[in-house]
Amino acid sequence: MTDKEQNIKSNEERKSVKGILFRLCGYVFKHWYLFIPAVLLTLLANQLSLLGPKYSGQAIDAITLATGVDFDSVSGNVIKMLICYVLSAIMSYLLAVIMMYMSQKIVYTMRKQVFEKLTTLPIGYFDNHPTGDIISHISYDIDTINSTLSHDLVQVMTSLYTVLGSLIFMWNISKPMILIFVITVPAAILFTRYRSKKVKPLFKLRAKKLGELNGYAEEMLSGCRTIQAYERENEIGGRFDTRNEDAMDAYYNADYYGATLGPSVNFINNLSISLVMILGGILYMLSQSGAVKVGGMFFITLGGIAQFVQYSRKFAGPINEFANILHEFQSAFSAADRVFKILDENPEKEDIEGAVDLKLTKGCVEFSDVVFGYTPTKRILKGISMVADPGKTIAIVGPTGAGKTTIISLLMRFYDPDSGVITIDGDDASCFTRKSLRSAYTMVLQDTWLFYGTIYDNIAYGREGASEEEVILAAKAAKIHNFIESLPDGYNTVISDDGINISKGQKQLITIARAMISDSPMLILDEATSNVDSRTEIQIQEAMNELMRGRTCFIIAHRLSTIQNCDKIIVLQNGVITEFGTHDELMSKGGFYSTLYNSQFS
Amino acid sequence: MGLFKKYLKPFFGRMAIGFAIKVAGTLAELMLPYILTHILKKVVLNENIYEIILWGGIMIFFSAMACVCNIVANRMAAKVSKNFAQSVRQDLFIKTLRLSAVQTDDFTIPSLESRITTDTYNVHHFTNMMQRLGVRAPIMLIGGLAITLFMDAYLSLAMIALLPFIFVTVFFISRKGVPLYAKVQKSVDGMIRVVREDLQGIRVIKALSRTDYEHKRYDRVNKNLIRDEIHAGMIMGTVNPIMTLLMNVGIVAVIALSASRVSKNLSDPETVIAFMQYFTLISMAMMSVTRMFVMYTKSAASAGRISEILQCEDPISVKSKEQYPDISTDAHIMFDNVSFSYKGKKNNLSNISFSVKKGGSVGIIGATGSGKSTIVKLLLRFYDTDSGNIYINGENIRTIDKPRLYKMFGSCQQNDFLYADTIEENIKFGRDVSFEQVVKAARIAQADDFINAFPEGYNHMLSPHGTNISGGQKQRVLMSRALAARPDILILDDSSSALDYRTDAMLRIALAENLEDMTLVTIAQRVSSVKDSDVIIVIDEGEIIGAGTHDYLLEYCQPYKEISDSQMGGAFID
Repeated sequence: MTDKEQNIKSNEERKSVKGILFRLCGYVFKHWYLFIPAVLLTLLANQLSLLGPKYSGQAIDAITLATGVDFDSVSGNVIKMLICYVLSAIMSYLLAVIMMYMSQKIVYTMRKQVFEKLTTLPIGYFDNHPTGDIISHISYDIDTINSTLSHDLVQVMTSLYTVLGSLIFMWNISKPMILIFVITVPAAILFTRYRSKKVKPLFKLRAKKLGELNGYAEEMLSGCRTIQAYERENEIGGRFDTRNEDAMDAYYNADYYGATLGPSVNFINNLSISLVMILGGILYMLSQSGAVKVGGMFFITLGGIAQFVQYSRKFAGPINEFANILHEFQSAFSAADRVFKILDENPEKEDIEGAVDLKLTKGCVEFSDVVFGYTPTKRILKGISMVADPGKTIAIVGPTGAGKTTIISLLMRFYDPDSGVITIDGDDASCFTRKSLRSAYTMVLQDTWLFYGTIYDNIAYGREGASEEEVILAAKAAKIHNFIESLPDGYNTVISDDGINISKGQKQLITIARAMISDSPMLILDEATSNVDSRTEIQIQEAMNELMRGRTCFIIAHRLSTIQNCDKIIVLQNGVITEFGTHDELMSKGGFYSTLYNSQFS
Repeated sequence: MGLFKKYLKPFFGRMAIGFAIKVAGTLAELMLPYILTHILKKVVLNENIYEIILWGGIMIFFSAMACVCNIVANRMAAKVSKNFAQSVRQDLFIKTLRLSAVQTDDFTIPSLESRITTDTYNVHHFTNMMQRLGVRAPIMLIGGLAITLFMDAYLSLAMIALLPFIFVTVFFISRKGVPLYAKVQKSVDGMIRVVREDLQGIRVIKALSRTDYEHKRYDRVNKNLIRDEIHAGMIMGTVNPIMTLLMNVGIVAVIALSASRVSKNLSDPETVIAFMQYFTLISMAMMSVTRMFVMYTKSAASAGRISEILQCEDPISVKSKEQYPDISTDAHIMFDNVSFSYKGKKNNLSNISFSVKKGGSVGIIGATGSGKSTIVKLLLRFYDTDSGNIYINGENIRTIDKPRLYKMFGSCQQNDFLYADTIEENIKFGRDVSFEQVVKAARIAQADDFINAFPEGYNHMLSPHGTNISGGQKQRVLMSRALAARPDILILDDSSSALDYRTDAMLRIALAENLEDMTLVTIAQRVSSVKDSDVIIVIDEGEIIGAGTHDYLLEYCQPYKEISDSQMGGAFID
């Protein structure tokens, strides 16, 4: 069997309703100490609420006695009813609370598992899965599972019990009248099934259209300043309206057909009661006139009819809800499927057995004939060999897509090479634990990444346990200290999503300060200064030089001025090293590099 | 709730019809227990099977009527709420696009987005359910009460006695529930933010081996969320048991009261059966009211958030000429002693004055955060100056209405906006621009060649934010957009930073050839981008520290010379 076939098979296994159910049950049973009381409470609460109509029927019969009202029996039954209802109310509240606790515990665990799983996944996963999708799994999908667990699960248990219970009670009251449900119940089930089949695609379309609308709104809002600068609000608004109309029409269509469901089900309920009245009326009439024997199968009292009507309402309710609940369960299953899919993703490969912590002695990194591609069909690096000497600076230049960033990913072991070896101080990099290897590098990336938190926290993030002094020192070295101090809240300024208080360049400087604080022997700069203008760049260059001193340093930069002084420059084109040497060597060679360099003076 | 009133007003007539139909349907349903009692009380005594079947048939008729009326009314409700939500969303979207920069900054884009999507969805859902359940419940209550009063006023006192309890329950719970749900929503946002951040920063987190720290960070928000959800759930979970209990207590009371009345021949057991039916109907209706309140809590918050935007006053309104008189000048653009601060604390720009003649050019250069881009934002009137004035052709820009003002500009900004559509459309940007103009603009912007290299040429589809073309290509498309409508003033804010020197130089030559009487404002970090400007302004910490030609500044402005020297060999590879 090929890998692919195997994949499909395991997919199918996972997808099978049974498998998902089994796994979900695992979560539920983990909290058996909540679940078992919940089941017991469900049974009890339902039994009590089923007893209510029975006592009320008996009370009515006690009122209608030919001999006059039997007050003792009435008051007895009234008290019993009261007790049943009060207890039932208390129990159903307890039940709701217990189920909520249980489902919240499960949801908490699931979110935690998904989140922690995400942090173990290889980088490639995040390149292939849009952030929005992952977020919807961890929020909406888990919410869907939650509502099914906390609400629908109880409802199913309750329904089953109520249906069976009322059936038994009705059987005891009058067997012939049960025949009515032989007609109405299948009618209700067939109708709801037929309806939901018809309505389902409409709801799907509705979701799709709404998604499109949201996407359009999101995109246009991101350009609202530009739209204003060209005064295009009405034009863009008009285009939005077309999509808005589309989405709302889809919405209306789904509603239009969906609107029949509730009233129709209600009609079938009322129909049952009408039929009960016709049949019950006739039987009651016969019983009153003495045409049927007291205690016989066709005998019925007024209280009996009252009970029967009440039970038939109880009985029909869950059956009609059946289609809805089935639908809820289906969506919960597909949500669970998506969540489990994340949990089943292959994590980053384990460190090999016997992996040791990297203890850097020199800091010499060597690539020998490294081949790599993100997919097997498309090679990005086609046999890279190079040496980064200890304490020296190596620059990698080349056009976009040449594979510069990929080299960094391999250095950090976000990926491992398909063939060839990367060695550190002579040892194969895969022999070291990833954690120790990664902490040997400090990395400043093109995309500044800061989280919601204070500037202080963002800088201190660079190394666990960094002291306040170190943070300030790092900020000073990155030439951002003065700016931070000028903010009203200083280092405690919170960096929020769209803070206008901090420019892109300043954010970049903060990440540089973060890099300064982490005390690693090797340094990776990926266009680290591309958002900083030349003058600021000069200012931080000094600090950078300080940081780079004695460290093996990899620089990816598009700006030639930043790399002129590097010890070695490597020109990468289409995954192959085409030139290497110092600036002067490359200039005298007259290749790609020198053409590029000279073009700026033309 | 003003939002609902305002936007539902056009549909009041339609809603009234729907309401009437709904009432008819609900009343038909309320007839059922009455007929039921009638059969038991009167019809049965006649000992006529056909009569029983006839009355049963009447019950079925009323059931069918209730069903049809409800379906029709529900469909009408769906139509009304659809139209309602569509117009709310439309107005909201347009208003959002028109918000001033200050307002957008305050609200933040993600929050504005969720108002257009989730919040509008919530109010839509609410108006729909309000018309469906919200009408049914009170009619059930009032109608049911009326019929029971009519059947036996004494017994219905049991029902009336319960009403205050029901109302208190509903009121108390919804009072408590609203803020709790608002809190839950906040926690959800907090939880999602951490996930989003970590997904974006996964490389950094892994590089720094900070996954444990992130686990803890997530655990905090995760715990907060379930804590808040449990709080809200504990309160809302009381609704159903309490309501059911109240109704059942009512039934018990009716039976208890009826015993003595029946014995005195004041009432009959059939009436008790009818009462039990009504109580069940009313209690189910009231249960849906509590569901309405849960929905209400959500949608009231949403409606508030929507109204907040709709009611925003535009601080950047057009002012009168009396207040801001014209001045006589031959300058095309003139900044007169302009100062400005984003947050009102520290000035981001102080005492900026310069002017440029029609067809002239001005270059602005300075360090990150020095206030270069702010000058452009003020010129485009995204913000108003705190003091000082900006004039175009001698008119204060505060007095120029927006369509006229923005027709003057073609602007190309740092990280500007491209969207999922063809390149042609991205250049046209919904303006009345011919294809010839598009191509001409693209030629000047040095974009024509690479666009034609695509198999579909100008019909090449861009992905959202133009991620399927390179940075340099993006800038050239944006430049084409700025040029396409032949503006009076062309603003280039750091808009050639991703171009290589050769293309940049060719662009500048093409611009110079085609500029004619176009006035050019260039903001750049590269000296080479501004060095040919008639006047170059050097900005540092919001102040002008040098102004003049390239040669003049080289000689007399030390910081400018430093920048210039540092950029020797500052080419880009891309």
